[in-house]
Amino acid sequence: MVAVQLNNLSKKYDKGKIVAVDSISFSVDKGELFGLIGPDGAGKTSIFRMLTTLLLPDGGSAVVDGYDAVKDYKAIRGRVGYMPGKFSLYQDLTVEENLNFFATVFGTTIRENYELVKDIYVQIEPFKTRRAGKLSGGMKQKLALCCALIHKPSVLFLDEPTTGVDAVSRKEFWEMLKRLKQQGITILVSTPYMDEATICDRIALIQSGKILSIDTPDAIVRSYEGSLFAIKSEGMYKLLNDLRSYENTLSCFAFGEYHHIAFRDKMKNYSEELLKYLENKGHKEVEMMPVIPTIEDCFIKLLKN
Amino acid sequence: MKQLFTFIKKEFFHVFRDRKTLLMLFGLPIVQIVLFGFALTNEVKNAKIVIADYSKDVTTKKIIDKIEASKYFEVEKSLKSHNEIEAAFREGKIKLAVIFPENFNEDLMHLNKAQMQVIADASDINTANTLTNYISSIVMDYQRELMQNVAISLSITPEIRMLYNPELKGEHIFIPGIMAMIMMLVCVMMTSISIVKEKELGTMEILLVSPFKPLMVIFAKFIPYLIISFFNITSILLLSVYALDLPIKGNIFLLYGEALLFIMTSLSIGLLISINAQSQQTAMFGSLMATMLPTLLLSGFMFPIENMPVPLQVISNVVPSKWFFQIVKAIMIKGAGFSAIWKETVILIGMTIFLMAVSLKKFKIRLE
Amino acid sequence: MAESVIKTEKLTKRFGDFIAANELTFDVKAGEIFGFLGANGAGKTTAMRMLCGLSIPSSGKATVAGFDVYKHTDEIKRNIGYMSQKFSLYEDLTVAENIRFYAGIYGLSNKEIKDKSEELVHQLGLEGETKKLVRELPLGWKQKLSFSVAIVHQPKIVFMDEPTSGVDPVTRRQFWDLIYAAADKGMTIFVTTHYMDESEYCNRISIMVDGVIRALDTPYNLKKQFSANSMDEVFYGLAREAKRTGD
Repeated sequence: MVAVQLNNLSKKYDKGKIVAVDSISFSVDKGELFGLIGPDGAGKTSIFRMLTTLLLPDGGSAVVDGYDAVKDYKAIRGRVGYMPGKFSLYQDLTVEENLNFFATVFGTTIRENYELVKDIYVQIEPFKTRRAGKLSGGMKQKLALCCALIHKPSVLFLDEPTTGVDAVSRKEFWEMLKRLKQQGITILVSTPYMDEATICDRIALIQSGKILSIDTPDAIVRSYEGSLFAIKSEGMYKLLNDLRSYENTLSCFAFGEYHHIAFRDKMKNYSEELLKYLENKGHKEVEMMPVIPTIEDCFIKLLKN
Repeated sequence: MKQLFTFIKKEFFHVFRDRKTLLMLFGLPIVQIVLFGFALTNEVKNAKIVIADYSKDVTTKKIIDKIEASKYFEVEKSLKSHNEIEAAFREGKIKLAVIFPENFNEDLMHLNKAQMQVIADASDINTANTLTNYISSIVMDYQRELMQNVAISLSITPEIRMLYNPELKGEHIFIPGIMAMIMMLVCVMMTSISIVKEKELGTMEILLVSPFKPLMVIFAKFIPYLIISFFNITSILLLSVYALDLPIKGNIFLLYGEALLFIMTSLSIGLLISINAQSQQTAMFGSLMATMLPTLLLSGFMFPIENMPVPLQVISNVVPSKWFFQIVKAIMIKGAGFSAIWKETVILIGMTIFLMAVSLKKFKIRLE
Repeated sequence: MAESVIKTEKLTKRFGDFIAANELTFDVKAGEIFGFLGANGAGKTTAMRMLCGLSIPSSGKATVAGFDVYKHTDEIKRNIGYMSQKFSLYEDLTVAENIRFYAGIYGLSNKEIKDKSEELVHQLGLEGETKKLVRELPLGWKQKLSFSVAIVHQPKIVFMDEPTSGVDPVTRRQFWDLIYAAADKGMTIFVTTHYMDESEYCNRISIMVDGVIRALDTPYNLKKQFSANSMDEVFYGLAREAKRTGD
């Protein structure tokens, strides 16, 4: 069963000068956790807004839970859950008042769907009389998620729920999404953090309104052509510069503790030659090994193509 | 229905939890009344007046002494005859005349009551009011002193006449003016800001995506400000009746009914602004430009419209406050009934329907 | 051993009963890239404000670029650069106007401003773009320009508050290239980030939990100390112990 279907969906701003979404097509199955991965300005928010009927597409069409995003907008509103990127709740209302309000607006009560949000709500329940403005970033996200879930939506749209949230809260948030998925809710989530991609069933890598690649995270990693090496030495900045000036280097960039390097000729093994080159340049304690590319490596490679 | 109720409750939370704005909303009418009612009219010092005493007895002597002792008045003694007094008034040399008729003391002693005349130049309405009030209070004072010594009740009635402006055109016009301004402020500025705030917070997106009707959002936003407006009108009227001694001459229900109409007009302006504004600042600035300035300048509240250049007079016709101002003035001061203000009422209704229609047509069920 | 450009001893900031930053003691060497990590609400912003001379500490000692944070906040401000989360550029001014503005507020003379502008524009390869409004520039350029204006007065230390959030991986790395280059020239970099992989680019990292510095070392040593495979694990292990909930 398809929960969300996009056919050549397009969106332009500024009288057509800026193409935010460039004829994008993909579909999301029921119960899937689907990630839109891309940096700021890639078009993620525009896609979400078109799917939640907040924006009219300039071209193409979209179907959400069986309804047309333009014609049947009333039917879609009410059956989808949406957490906008800049969503910040009512700061002057307490946790409980916020949740109550959104429950009523969506024509339900907290009690009716408590089971669904229970897992998340118990974590913020001790603070239910606290005003939302006084909550930490992570707490706010949890409350916002509760508010988006309270009417038991069939499809949940989360626009950059983890932006500006610290690593611990981010991890907790994704744990919650995994549990929600088990309850059969289709979840579309966007994020600029590449490391979060692996938790999704399928992802679309997106940049400048275009999809670079769309598949399961594993398949995207497997489709990476050629081999990738991690390398480090004592002087990492000098190493980066020296690696970049090495004649056989295709690309080289910092990646955490190591630098990741790919070579021009995908088949050839340059390890020995490179180590010698680095030794001549005066590098000490050079460590080099082949690594499995991450989503981020794939994204960088796709961007460079 | 329950949804709407919850929404309205939420709006009240917003209003009551923002202490500073709340204080401003309820305090502003009071501050403005006090400013316009007292500060602007008080402290008229050394006003030139004339006293014509046709009785020349003990009582008049004592009252005159008291008036002369007051720092507010400077008594011109040279003028004696009626003609002289009238000429002095016309030339603006004196602001007020006190006339004691013959047999003042005798009337007081035998009939237990006496009348005196106070004539004021009402072309300067504020000064005229203040001065006649001063005279009245001096006379009252004297009356109290008298009563302490005798057992029977004695009354001296100052009969007040306003020259040149018998209808008191322009009297207390600040009350209708303040009503118009406060309602503009509360209904236009506060509603538009509160709607735009939802846009800024991102909650508008959620509300649009919810099954809750967008129009209901607007309706729910209106209710608290409608109630606050009624509260403000009541406090303005109470202040004007009890603190400023300005009675409401006309029908109070008619007054409230017209106020409700004007609130609707203001709310539709607020809605129109909020539809076009993306930030609270824009909404605030828009409200100021669209409502406060025209209300102050073109409603006839501060500056008489008759004296304006013709183009401004024409423009003033599209300012809703002008019509409301005339309605309230007619009901409160002239005691006019609906038959006298139906034209203005129809104009306001027309404006409201037009503004509502435009804003509802422009109201977006989507983000752009 | 390089000299310390930031030195704190039991630096503390209280807000009433709440201790936002509790007895922070650390030093940062010249030319070092110092990562300042912590969950939301751990006290990073408070600490950074004290070091930038924007907030007077409640107790403890600290010097920044050799100046005391209690007495010489003006001198500190002259010797540091600051770059915040979103780029502090004026979108409705042109590239040249932005540079001129920032150079101007740091009191550079007209000649210096002119020379510096030309140098910067040349360095960034923006020769053809000086008359363009900043909002017309692609994200990557904005970020580079933003960093360049933050160091236009050649400060000893640059404080950066999540400079790369929401930026694509390529631009993010290009940005770190700039940071490396600046550090290589002896500038000290004090940076906060939510990207754990970026923390690995730092020479040393401190991790704050509930107002206290819980760990401070090189990424390599930290991983060894906490027997973790990645900085992500180190951070998660420490930060989950946090009891505070407020921002």
